[in-house]
Amino acid sequence: MSNVLDVTGLTVRLPGSSDRKNAVENITFSVGAGELVCVVGESGSGKSVTAQAVMGLLPKELKPSEGETKLLGEDTLAATPNRLRDLRGTKMAMIFQEPMTALNPVARVGEQIEEVLEIHTDLSKSQRRARAIEIMDHVHLPDPERMVDSFPHQLSGGQRQRIMIAMALVLDPALLIADEPTTALDVTTQAQILKLVKEMQERRGTGVLFITHDFGVVAEIADRIVVMQHGSIVEQGPRDQILQNPTQPYTQMLMASVPSMKPPQRTPVDGDPAITVRGLNKVYGRTGLLSRDRIVHAAKDIDLDVARGETLGIVGESGSGKSTVARCIARLIDPTSGTINLQGTEIATMRESRLRAIRSRVQIVFQDPYRSLNPRRTIGLSLIEAPMNFGVSREDALREARDLMALVGLQSDALERYPHQFSGGQRQRICIARALAVKPDILIADEAVSALDVSVQAQVLELLDDIRDKYRLAMLFITHDLRVAAQICDRLIVMQNGIVVEQGPTSDVFANPTQEYTQLLLSAAPGTDVEFGSGKAV
Amino acid sequence: MAAVDQSPFRQTLGRVFSNTSVLIGGGLALVIVLIGLLAPYLDTRDPAGISPANRNKPPGFETTVRDYDTGQKIPVTYRMGSDTLGRDIYSRVVYGARTSLIVGVSVAAIAIFLGTLIGLLAGYFRWADGIIMRIMDGMMAIPAILLAIAVVSLFSAGLLSVIIAIVVSEIPRVVRLVRSVVLSIREEPYVEAAITAGTPTPTLLMRHVLPNTLAPLIVQGTFIVASAIIVEAILSFLGIGIPPDIPTWGNIMAEGRQVFQLHPHNILYPGAILGLTVLAVNILGDGLRDTMDPRFSKRV
Repeated sequence: MSNVLDVTGLTVRLPGSSDRKNAVENITFSVGAGELVCVVGESGSGKSVTAQAVMGLLPKELKPSEGETKLLGEDTLAATPNRLRDLRGTKMAMIFQEPMTALNPVARVGEQIEEVLEIHTDLSKSQRRARAIEIMDHVHLPDPERMVDSFPHQLSGGQRQRIMIAMALVLDPALLIADEPTTALDVTTQAQILKLVKEMQERRGTGVLFITHDFGVVAEIADRIVVMQHGSIVEQGPRDQILQNPTQPYTQMLMASVPSMKPPQRTPVDGDPAITVRGLNKVYGRTGLLSRDRIVHAAKDIDLDVARGETLGIVGESGSGKSTVARCIARLIDPTSGTINLQGTEIATMRESRLRAIRSRVQIVFQDPYRSLNPRRTIGLSLIEAPMNFGVSREDALREARDLMALVGLQSDALERYPHQFSGGQRQRICIARALAVKPDILIADEAVSALDVSVQAQVLELLDDIRDKYRLAMLFITHDLRVAAQICDRLIVMQNGIVVEQGPTSDVFANPTQEYTQLLLSAAPGTDVEFGSGKAV
Repeated sequence: MAAVDQSPFRQTLGRVFSNTSVLIGGGLALVIVLIGLLAPYLDTRDPAGISPANRNKPPGFETTVRDYDTGQKIPVTYRMGSDTLGRDIYSRVVYGARTSLIVGVSVAAIAIFLGTLIGLLAGYFRWADGIIMRIMDGMMAIPAILLAIAVVSLFSAGLLSVIIAIVVSEIPRVVRLVRSVVLSIREEPYVEAAITAGTPTPTLLMRHVLPNTLAPLIVQGTFIVASAIIVEAILSFLGIGIPPDIPTWGNIMAEGRQVFQLHPHNILYPGAILGLTVLAVNILGDGLRDTMDPRFSKRV
């Protein structure tokens, strides 16, 4: 059977001031009918630019300079805007990463599906509605007759992504481009959406170009794999060939960097807890005369201990309350009730004025490396701020900062530079150095590696593990990523809707999950049948 | 790669001074400032000096006047004509620039200073927010001119009371702007990191929060200058602003109003330069907004 999409020698030029000449350079691949091709690569590899070039959605600054992208034999690079508009929806369609913003919030979801039909077909209003309900049924949305009149905010993230898929597939396009469609979703929802994409591809014979950074997802759904780096294709081939016998060092490195789902053997850490939390509650909202009972129990009766030199992981999906617990312990928010005991010092109810003196004992590394450092201050100033608050002289603090830079693997001249001069991974190292500058007892890593590319993530995880050993830190590691949790945590707490559903040593939780929810989480993790990380413990 | 190594401040500065709007608006505004500063040297006469013989003369009118000390006759030209008391409109317009600029710049400076202080309080301390913002909402509900008239009538008419009056009506807008910036910045992880670093709140505000308000404030400042110049002109035009012995564009126009149909130059020239000044400042503000503060380009 002939190909749905043939990309040959595609080169897209970047504007002159960029760090490389071309966004993508001389790339060639194809998508067959009913075939699912995964384009996998780290940020900046050019995978999204490829998709945009095919769809004719490239930003103005980017110009395709060479090659062609043939959709059913027709070059979309050469197509006029009018022709492209005809092709989109009918011959090719796209779904995006962010289901929360990809739908128009003030139009009913049914109307948004019908709009596609209105533009491209002659169906009557009642026919369009019937067709919308039919396709919503196909993507397994519950009760489509009722849901067709819902507004996007009434649906969950997974349901919205299903609507997006319904919109994309309603005219049976030959090619579906999915740009990180599950990255913003929880792991259980992701599993359902992946299943749906796979089902649609097989049932309707749609060719799918699936863009992702996640090798787990690739292993789960791909028929063929295209690996990209710096705008070029490193390697491509059938799924099994790439996953089992990657020939290129870059592919091998990427796959080795994906944390394994098998927790390594760890010796249990004994010793006095550095922090003891009992009966921690955080309630949002108030009941009163004027407000009705709309309270949210973000965290309910949380008990936890972390010993020195131990990493306790809190895993859960969004809204599970894991970050709430972390922020209560760091006292960035005030707990509603409960106790937080730092080796004899009770901090849960301590007043801010007294708390400030012992803030150095709990430090936190945040998720977003781009917002964690004040863009107007040099790295040096950011690093010495905390020690100087606790009475260290400027010279001593600077000397210490230089040592810390070496510890986290950066040059000491980095101290004179500004955050925008560093990559995401480097910034996260700087944030770790900043947290260490005041010699804390407890380090909280709140999704600290979630925003990083997988190869960088592996390095930062290694760094966190090293410093925990070196300083005998009690580490509280908050993550939604089970693979990461498996590799770095000694013990795990699984949270759902503000409560702890299961806890225990990491290997026990992974090997014998006792609770249904934990089992669901573990089975939803994509690509469990492929062994990543090549046995390498981080 | 040189640009990448510069501090964010220097990068912004570079962007600002390569923007066409900034250069045109700033250049024009600079000319007006120079006119105000150099008023005595621009071939002007006493702007309050009356000449009953030369009332309501058209622009370009030439005559001679007798110098009382030497008794000599000296030629004079009324470049922009004369008003109903025979005063030289050109000299009055040139000196009037001083008043307008003093009012505009001092109103902007004072309103930004006080507004930033109040805005920081409202944005960072939740308990203060409700009280402060309700007061500000109340102040914004009263039209600025009306509020200014009320304030002027409380004090005696004069430059200072006009400035105070306009400042009072401008403060709520600055407070709102600063508060909105503070509300978004206080959620930034680097501010939270500073909290866990034990940084005292006043230092935290000065070091991490305030610098973020700078760019939108400079932009807002230019718009306040423009608006203050207009309000001052309106107050003077209504006769409740600066006393008539100090020439301002507003009161030159007010005095020319009754003879407007016969001698339109009384209103034409001060009106034109008032419009030009406000236009220049606004163009400058637009350019600054585009270059310094892309995030706020739709909001201010």
